[in-house]
Order: sequence, then structure tokens, then C-alpha cells
Amino acid sequence: MEFDFAAEQPKLLMLMYGLIAFVVVVGGLLLLLDAVPSWFARRREAQLVAASASGAPLPRHRKPQEGMFAFFFLLPAVLLLLVGLVVPAIRTTLLSFMDGGSRNWVGLRNYTWMFSDDSIVRVLINTLIWVLLVPLVATAFGLIYSVLVDKARFESVAKSLIFMPMAISFVGAAIIWKFVYAYRGDGQEQIGLLNQIVVSLGGEPRQWLLDSPLNTLLLIVIMVWIQAGFAMVVLSAAIKAIPADIVEAARLDGVSPWQMFWQITMPSIRPALVVVVVTLSIATLKVFDIVRTGTNGNYDTSVIANEMYNQAFRYGENGQGSALAVFLFVLVIPLVIYQIRNLRQQREG
Amino acid sequence: MTTTTPTLPAGAQATGKTSTAAGRVRKRLNSRTATLASIVIAVLWTIPTFGLLVSSFRPENQIKTTGWWTFFGDPQFTLENYQEVLFGRSSSSGQLASYFINSLAITIPSVLFPLAFASLAAYALAWINFRGRDWVYIAIFALQIVPLQMALVPLLKFFSTGVSLGGVPLMPAWDLVDEQKFAQVWFAHTCFALPFAVFLLHNFISQLPKDLMEAARVDGATHPKIFRTIVLPLITPAIAAFGIFQFLWVWNDLLVALIFAGGGNETAPLTVRLAEMAGSRGNEWQRLTAGAFVSIVVPLVVFLSLQRYFVRGLLAGSVKG
Repeated sequence: MEFDFAAEQPKLLMLMYGLIAFVVVVGGLLLLLDAVPSWFARRREAQLVAASASGAPLPRHRKPQEGMFAFFFLLPAVLLLLVGLVVPAIRTTLLSFMDGGSRNWVGLRNYTWMFSDDSIVRVLINTLIWVLLVPLVATAFGLIYSVLVDKARFESVAKSLIFMPMAISFVGAAIIWKFVYAYRGDGQEQIGLLNQIVVSLGGEPRQWLLDSPLNTLLLIVIMVWIQAGFAMVVLSAAIKAIPADIVEAARLDGVSPWQMFWQITMPSIRPALVVVVVTLSIATLKVFDIVRTGTNGNYDTSVIANEMYNQAFRYGENGQGSALAVFLFVLVIPLVIYQIRNLRQQREG
Repeated sequence: MTTTTPTLPAGAQATGKTSTAAGRVRKRLNSRTATLASIVIAVLWTIPTFGLLVSSFRPENQIKTTGWWTFFGDPQFTLENYQEVLFGRSSSSGQLASYFINSLAITIPSVLFPLAFASLAAYALAWINFRGRDWVYIAIFALQIVPLQMALVPLLKFFSTGVSLGGVPLMPAWDLVDEQKFAQVWFAHTCFALPFAVFLLHNFISQLPKDLMEAARVDGATHPKIFRTIVLPLITPAIAAFGIFQFLWVWNDLLVALIFAGGGNETAPLTVRLAEMAGSRGNEWQRLTAGAFVSIVVPLVVFLSLQRYFVRGLLAGSVKG
């Protein structure tokens, strides 16, 4: 029962190599950029000296090497983006028109499979349920809570409580909630909070994560639990940014809190609301960890990202997995375009 | 006269008082329901974590037979779950200490690399004049919309078989074993983080005062010098914000690690191990509760101590755009 620290040493060594590589690459780049311009400056000086000595016309003053600097500053980022994101994304798009082993072109077969295979249609429907519910419910909770605790005495503590789940991994959150949903057979004492509540109200304990479609809703609860904090922080900042004189004027007019909320608060924070809903929709479309840890996608709970992982990395169906990834991408595009357009209006308005 | 004059203001004052009093009662009622509602939500949000935390300190037989709320009637406290899940040697015990080190080894470089490369790129896009600058910025900005799922299959192939064009090998396979696989994970995380990192840091760097930059240029400072001595110190809040973001993202990530790190205790991070335990040992709550907390502690400490920067970054990234 003793932990072997010696076995961990290669890892720490590897970490050190990584850090050395970091220092060498970044430091080297900066050193290089420092050295090159002074070399250019020396050369130009020499040219000037030579020109004035021989009486030839002075060389035209050229602009400093802006382009060269830009090139080296951008080089690592652009190179990595090309190798790690752009080229792979193009290849994935191509793979989605090929078979599982990526040998033969199969046209649109992977896409027709996606919309005709019953289990995949189920996956698409589940994803739709996720995307409809998570942004709305999480935003609603975040909004209500930020209004409730606004200017309250323990506002910052109260906010931290809701915000804390954002620091917890989706895996950790899924375990936390699986414990809430835990089941013990009839007659035994329940250890899960939800079943305990059901039992104490006179109901029968259930295996919550086995019954579709309830299990999908219970997994959605986990995502809402994590993301409400995000909605709250952004909306709370928007609420605090409402000009005080507007609120004061409304108060002097004898506006009730309810009217205040609908006629002053809501219109003022509309742009922030849209940003939150769209951001959450994008995050929800890609949800993977919760489903994988919660049910492993069994019992009709799978979603696109989980199915993509299964097809590509467990069943070796690269074509079908890629088609799912491309479909995910296509779903995200209109949301992002809407987001950008919205942000632009916000800046101009 | 002298006795009647005060009556009017007095009456006015009285009515004024009753209306404020009534207003106060109504307001207090409102604020009382508001307080109550906010407490209900706060409790709902906290209790699942609290239950898990309490359970992680209870003896195994107690966790498995009684609910954690009975702890307060019959408190029995033990650290054995943590001892077992961190340092136990049997393959079923978790061995989380080993995975904890993996998480650290994955996370630190995966935060540093994108931070450095993105701030260099963001500086160039904001303050160096060159042709096509706007296009490069728009392209990087647009890459934010590519879900990382789009890159997984080809990137894994890139690591395992290298690059060849028409049968001509351009780059050999990485052929990494055991802990060397960390490099794959660093590489993948760095690539995936860059679009957002460049975007966030560009937001900050481009808002630095123009006069300052021009003055430095006139004084003959080169771009690397300006970057090191003027820009970096001024954007520390942005660096902190992105650093926390990326730290939480990498530490908590499951998908990238699952694909690029493999599943063994040589490379896999805590999340991978926990997800596996939740699947195969879903009823071993004494291990899962303690294990979940081992993985939560580090991000929670980072998060709580640096919350200010995190919130600022969140707002800069999502609202100001």
C-alpha cells in the first residue's frame, strides 16, 4: 500500500522538457527578433558611410522591416492553426464522404445514414432537446438569481455559490449528480438525495438514469447547474450597467418592481441576454463529458458529440464520425453568424 | 396662526410617512420573498456538492448503506477514502496521485504555449502595419467557430502516421510512447486554444493608448522591445484572465485527453480516470466521492483566488466582443 514516487519521475522529467522547450522557443524567437533589426541597422549604417565616402547619392530610406516583424510574431500561431485546425478540418470534411477505413469515396452515404438510422435520429433529437432546454433554463435561473441578489447584503458570496460549479469539471459534476440520482433497491435505505425525497413523499425509488426520456432531462439538469453561473455573471454585469438615472426616474414615477423588471431591466439587458443564450447554445451543441460520464450514451441518451466519438474512435467508422462532426459544425455556423452580427449592432448602437 | 401653520406640513409629513411606511412594508415583504427565493436557489445549487463532500469523509460501509444526511445524527469521520483513492496500489483503488501528476504535467505547458504564441500574434495584429492584416485577423477570429471535433480524427492520424504528400513523406510519425504522449496533448490543446486566445488578447492589446506606442516608436524602440517592456506588463490582467480560462479548460477537459493521451496511468489525466471509474465502478461511492474531490480541489482554489480576473475575462470575451 505504498505509493511509488520513483515511477512518477519520467513524467516530471517530460514536464521539464516541455518547459525547456517553451523557454527555448519563445525566448529564442524574441532574441532572434532583437538581433535581426540591429543587424539591419548596422548594415544600413555601413551603406550610409560607404555612400557618403564615395560621394554617391544616399540610398533611399526604407521603412523599417514591419513585414518581417509581423511574419515572425505571427509565425507560431498561424503555423499551429494551419497544422492543428485548418488542414484537419478540411480533411474531416473530405473524410465524411469516404467509407469507415477512409479508402473509397461513398458520396453522401454517411449523411443519408445519419438521417435514416433510427439510433442516430434519436441522437439528433436528443441534441435538439439539449439545445432547446439548456440555454433557456440556465439563462432563466441566472437572470432570476442576479435580479434577486442585486444589491443584497451578501451579494458576492451568494454569487460565488452559484458560480462555483463553473470551476468543476463536467466529469466531476456528472459524478456529483449521479450521487444525487443514486438508487438502492426497494426496502433498503436510499443513499441518493432524489430517491430519498421521493420515498419520504411516499413514492417508489427509481433508477433515474435508465428511463428515457427522463434520463436525458436529468442529464440536462447537470448542464444547467454548471452554466447558470455563467449566465448570472454576464447578466448581473449588464444589470449593473443600466444607468442609475433611468432606474431612479422610474422609481419616482411609482413603477412597481414587476413593471420595473419588464419595462426597464429586460429591454436594457436584451443584448447581453442574446449573447448568453447563443453562447450557451454553442456550448450545449458540443456537450460530451456529461453524457459520457453519466450514462455513456446508453439508454437513449446519446448526443452528437458523444456519437461522433463512438463512431470515429471506438467503432473505427471514420466516415460516419466525420459526417457527424461536419453536421455539428454546420449547426454551429448560423449561431456564430448571428452572434457576430449582434455584437456589431451593439457596438454601433 | 402660529398654531395652524404647522398642521399642514405636519399632515403632509404624516401622509408622507404612512406612504413610505406602507412602501417600506411592501418593500420589506418583497425583499423577504426575494431573499427566500435566492436562498432556495443557492441551497439547490450547493447541496449536491456538499453531499458529496460530506460523503467523501464517511466510512465505506456507511456511505453504501445510509444517506449522507444521516451523518449529522451519527458523525463518523475518516480520511481512509482519500488515502485509498490517492495512494492505494491495487488496480481498482484509483491510484489518483499518479493521475494527478499527469493532470499537472498536461496542464502547465498547455497554458503557457498558447498564452505566449497568442500574445505575440495579437500584438502583431494590433500594432504592426502590414498588408493583409485585417484578413489574417478575420481568419483567426473565424476559426473560433470550428468545433474541435472537426480536427480530432486527422490530427490523431498526423501524430500516428506523419504527413506524406502523394506517397512522398514530408514529416515522420511522432511515434510517442508512455509519458512522451504529453507532447501530443500539449500540441492539441495549444492549437485548439489559439483562436479564442488571440481574440481575447487582441481585445486588450488593441485598446492600449496609441500615443504610448507611437512615443515608443519615435524613441527608436523595436517591436520586440515594445512587446516585452510596454505591452506585456500592461496586459497582465488579460494574461491572467486567459490563463485561468485555459487552466480550467485543460484541467477539466475529457475529450482531448481521451483521444491524445491514451488511458493508462502513464499519461491520462484525472478526468479520464474518473470517467472510467464512474463507468466501471459506478457503485464504489467511497472512491468516487473522494476521487471527485481530488479533481475539484485544484481548479476550485485557482478559481476562488483569481475569480476577479476570471469574471473580467468572461465579460470581455462574451459581451464586449
